[in-house]
Amino acid sequence: MQSSALDESKVTLNYHHEAAGHHGHPDHRMFGVILFLIGDSMTFLGFFAAFLIYRTMMPVWPPEGTPELELLVPIINTIVLVSSSFVMHQGQTAIKRNDVSGLRLWFGITAAMGAVFLLGQGYEYFHSELGLTTNLFASCFYALTGFHGLHVTVGVLLILSVLWRSRSKEHYSSGSHFGVEAAEIYWHFVDVIWVILFILVYLL
Amino acid sequence: MSTSAEKIVTSTHDGQKAEHKQRKWQDYFTFNTDHKVIGIQYLVTAFLFYFVGGALAEVMRTELATPEPDLVQPEFYNQIMTMHGTIMLFLWIIPAGAAFANFLIPLMIGAEDMAFPRLNAVAYWMFPIGGILLMSSFFVGPAQAGWTSYPPLSLVASKWGQEIWILSILILGTSTILGSINFITTILKMRMPDMDIHSMPLFCWSMLATSGLILLGTPVLAAALILLSFDLIAGTSFFNPAGGGDPIVYQHMFWFYSHPAVYIMVLPFFGIISEVLPVHARKPIFGYRAIAYSSLAIAFLGLIVWAHHMFTSGTPGWLRMFFMATTMVIAVPTGIKVFSWTATIWGGKINLNSAMLFGVGFISLFLIGGLSGIMVASVPFDIHVHDTYFVVAHFHYVLFGGSVLALFAGIYHWFPKMTGRMLNETWGRIHFALTYIGFNLTFLPMHQLGIQGMNRRVALYDAQFQSVNMICTIGSYILAVSTLPFVVNVLWSVFKGEKAGRNPWRALTLEWQTSSPPAIENFEEEPVLWAGPYEYGVDTEMIDEDSSIEEMLAEVSAEAK
Amino acid sequence: MNIPSNIVTLIVGIVVTLLSLWYGQNHGLLPVAASSEAVQIDELFNFMMTVSTGLFLLIEGILIYSVIKFRRPKGDTTDGSPIEGNVPLEILWTAIPTVIVLILAIYSFEVYNAMGGLDPMAAHDMGPHTVARAESNSKENLIAFDPDRKQVALGLGVSPETKEGENQLVINVNGIQYAWIFTYPESGIVSGDMHIPVGRPVKLNITAGDVLHAFWLPEFRLKQDAVPGREVQLTFTPNRVGQYPIICAELCGAYHGGMKSQLYVQTEEEYQQWLQQNTLAQSDVESTLAANAASSSDSEFLAPLAAEIGVEADTIAQLHALHHHPLNAEL
Ligand code: HEA
Ligand code: HEA
Ligand code: CUA
Ligand SMILES: [Cu+2]
Repeated sequence: MQSSALDESKVTLNYHHEAAGHHGHPDHRMFGVILFLIGDSMTFLGFFAAFLIYRTMMPVWPPEGTPELELLVPIINTIVLVSSSFVMHQGQTAIKRNDVSGLRLWFGITAAMGAVFLLGQGYEYFHSELGLTTNLFASCFYALTGFHGLHVTVGVLLILSVLWRSRSKEHYSSGSHFGVEAAEIYWHFVDVIWVILFILVYLL
Repeated sequence: MSTSAEKIVTSTHDGQKAEHKQRKWQDYFTFNTDHKVIGIQYLVTAFLFYFVGGALAEVMRTELATPEPDLVQPEFYNQIMTMHGTIMLFLWIIPAGAAFANFLIPLMIGAEDMAFPRLNAVAYWMFPIGGILLMSSFFVGPAQAGWTSYPPLSLVASKWGQEIWILSILILGTSTILGSINFITTILKMRMPDMDIHSMPLFCWSMLATSGLILLGTPVLAAALILLSFDLIAGTSFFNPAGGGDPIVYQHMFWFYSHPAVYIMVLPFFGIISEVLPVHARKPIFGYRAIAYSSLAIAFLGLIVWAHHMFTSGTPGWLRMFFMATTMVIAVPTGIKVFSWTATIWGGKINLNSAMLFGVGFISLFLIGGLSGIMVASVPFDIHVHDTYFVVAHFHYVLFGGSVLALFAGIYHWFPKMTGRMLNETWGRIHFALTYIGFNLTFLPMHQLGIQGMNRRVALYDAQFQSVNMICTIGSYILAVSTLPFVVNVLWSVFKGEKAGRNPWRALTLEWQTSSPPAIENFEEEPVLWAGPYEYGVDTEMIDEDSSIEEMLAEVSAEAK
Repeated sequence: MNIPSNIVTLIVGIVVTLLSLWYGQNHGLLPVAASSEAVQIDELFNFMMTVSTGLFLLIEGILIYSVIKFRRPKGDTTDGSPIEGNVPLEILWTAIPTVIVLILAIYSFEVYNAMGGLDPMAAHDMGPHTVARAESNSKENLIAFDPDRKQVALGLGVSPETKEGENQLVINVNGIQYAWIFTYPESGIVSGDMHIPVGRPVKLNITAGDVLHAFWLPEFRLKQDAVPGREVQLTFTPNRVGQYPIICAELCGAYHGGMKSQLYVQTEEEYQQWLQQNTLAQSDVESTLAANAASSSDSEFLAPLAAEIGVEADTIAQLHALHHHPLNAEL
């Protein structure tokens, strides 16, 4: 911009330009999804930060009398959720080969694994001695896992909607499968969050 | 350049061609995905809420005219005080910024619409819904813990009003997040092919910084409010000391958003000023890159200063020092802007119309707010004036003297583009004079009140402050009156104002290349980037030494007809 | 005109500087300063005021000058000169604020340190009355932050300059809706206003019983939030006899504005006299205050007082505010 005068090349260039980008709409949806996930990760960051502040500031943490968290179910859950990410990726690989039934298969399995995770979470809630208001740790536990569970639920719904749309063979193809990619990146995101959450809440 | 610009501009007066779709008035009242419609919708809705917020302020000021709580009950005072702050921030100034962003960004970068038009419309409609929800809390007794809603007070006063407050802020916050996703994507991905990021208008830069802050800050507020809501409804005690929680954690989460939020509330208007000043001073903006990058610097610094609102709460000494230092550093990028704006005016050919009056008024008042901001950033002094009227004065100077004045500058500047008609100049000037006088009368004395010992958020105060408060109250009445010429001017001009033409200000940014109001598809033909956004004053020399450009421009204007 | 422009600039510069220096000392905005730390804060404020006045005059001056001088003549449609920047100038106006801000930060740091803000012992040495107070609150879990872990250092400790930590007068301050309760652990006095002898360092242990409050002494430039569940320290030394307002600065409910009390800085004799009187009357006071402190809602709190003089609770709160003469008139 410094010392700029009328830029001649710009003028000529522009004037005869038949604007490829202007009429053909390039697809920015993926960019938008990533921005959304950045925002969403800040929500979790907020929760995690609060949790960590409590953890470091409170004299006893978890507060006295908090029953030990059962680890078996959450560990199984972690394994299920982490491996589901790999399963799901197979689905995307399939659609890149134009293999819609492959996509349906792998996504179906992923959805089922997500459901298993949610069931496991439910089991944990019902069998836990912690109540939502037992103490600060219990409240944090439910808030964090609950908010994450909400995300898993949304993820499962997204996968199901991909499955629903893929009933017609033409909907997704190797060239156009934004829905598949969006659902997948979201799922990976939820997965990563879970790993952090698991370490923070269960292991630390 | 500008002389030739005028040629192009005035030559095409006939507006849309017959084959173009026509805008129907109903569009403005329905779910419409056109960014220009959405921009206007935002602006008008925000103004409606502004009148509500302003009317509440007048009730507060009337109450404060005398030391006794005689007009309203103290409890009700706290409720309208809370609603005033919340409305002004979340329903007025933030949406007003989004209004300009929606209307201008695609036009300025030569795009047809936003990246995600439907998402954009959804984001808009969440705004009146959230707003009306917030208003509805008047039926159950609105929140009364201030716009900051610190627990434990927010957990014990006006339970349902508080819950409605939380829900509506969550809705409004989500709306701004969706909006910011749209702005970032549009600015980064949809610029016309020849516009590189350093030749886009500064308003786009400031919206980029704003959107980044929204995206990183608002979710943390959402997290805080979700936890607060649990405390309120489900009986947890994240922030309730009675159950082992800690109210200070809420303050950290709240201010992690709400400090950046004050820059969310001012950066768009910095952008507007960077557009308005060069046009009416007929000079290029001084230091384009410095202004562009300082927006980013302010945004970044804005993320690491939040605890300066907590100097007297539970913040350990060394942390106070850290946050004091980072806060003060913000004076540097902001100073760069202020000095650059001043240098832009210097030596220009200033057309002191209403837009410019508000623009210069903005610099003069924001400066005062900024200087008092640096004062409160100093811990020892802030310990004295925190939660007093000194702070109230500070933030009205930056929010009203800053954001709102710049907003008016923007309206006087782009009204012709938005409606195709000019606003009346005389009434514009009267509006400015009344606003400027009323504003200073209302808020300048508040500095003194605060230093002398008047705390904020009180309906009853010590009798020694009565006379100064009376001055503030009178000033606020002048402010209320000052909106009248504006409203009348706008209503009259929309229908009867002088026709504006494409480019009444002979401005260079792209939005002035299309008809006023712009055609539905924004540009009837490809917009032409024949000059940088601020290349004023280069015309005479250029055309003399290079006649081929002259020819080219003639060709351009012929094409534009 | 044929006065060279740099002479004009010089004169303007001198005038602006002189005006700023003058106004920085003579703004007359600050209330009386009743401790030596307060005086230091005032000097800091005067410094900021000087710098701000200078910047204010400079920038507003340029704005007004530009708006008058560089007006477009009627009918002139040409543009101003195409200046797009000036690197040395830009470096200058980046550097100057940087330097100012640096000086200000260091200066503020110094003052804060002198006030005892960085005293590592702040809020650590709680002594036995911490526990006693926690018990009297009968909410053990209120103490979210164990002072023995020495992790939180809030408030203002002993000034490193004065080294007067020994002879401190300790007062426990409890903020409840809408009153301050002062307990003197040495003498067992419980009072609704605060009496301290001039010249002796005072250490306040501040906490709150229900919601956030903030303990503000405008004449001492001191403020500290009272947080339920936390105990915060505030140390200062009054050096001026007089009666000063104690104000609650954090929104704490409807009658937040009425939550005021008085600080009496007295001579040693007057203070001793007060001590004696109140030690005698102690039993009376204790019963009233116990009833008050136990309840947290305003109406309950005011009820006993209201019954005494036969008026509505609200009226009391208002009257109380108006005359800012505290409830303890009756105590
Ligand atoms: C538009 C909104 C806006 C803006 C832009 C600002 C800008 C700034 N604010 Fe303000 N602030 C608020 C809105 C805003 N603020 C609100 C709403 C509150 C109260 C919230 C509540 O409690 O309800 C608040 C409260 C607030 C506090 C807490 C006070 C308290 O509660 O005790 C502090 C403390 O540091 C602060 C500091 C600053 C600083 C340093 C800036 C800086 O960005 C200012 C920078 C600008 C300049 C300095 C002027 C131009 C620069 C120059 C000319 C260069 C040379 C200058 C120097 C070297 C000094 N603000
Ligand atoms: C952009 C933000 C913004 C704006 C523009 C304003 C504008 C005004 N504010 Fe606001 N204010 C805040 C943001 C803002 N405020 C915030 C965040 C708080 C803190 C709240 C808290 O502590 O939680 C606050 C607090 C606050 C207080 C302190 C309250 C307290 O601590 O007890 C006061 C007191 O005087 C005040 C006054 C005013 C006045 C007189 C105006 C005037 O400028 C208003 C002028 C506008 C009008 C007068 C509207 C015009 C129209 C009419 C009156 C006509 C009537 C209606 C119809 C036609 C339908 N404000
Ligand atoms: Cu106690 Cu305000
Ligand atoms: Cu801030």
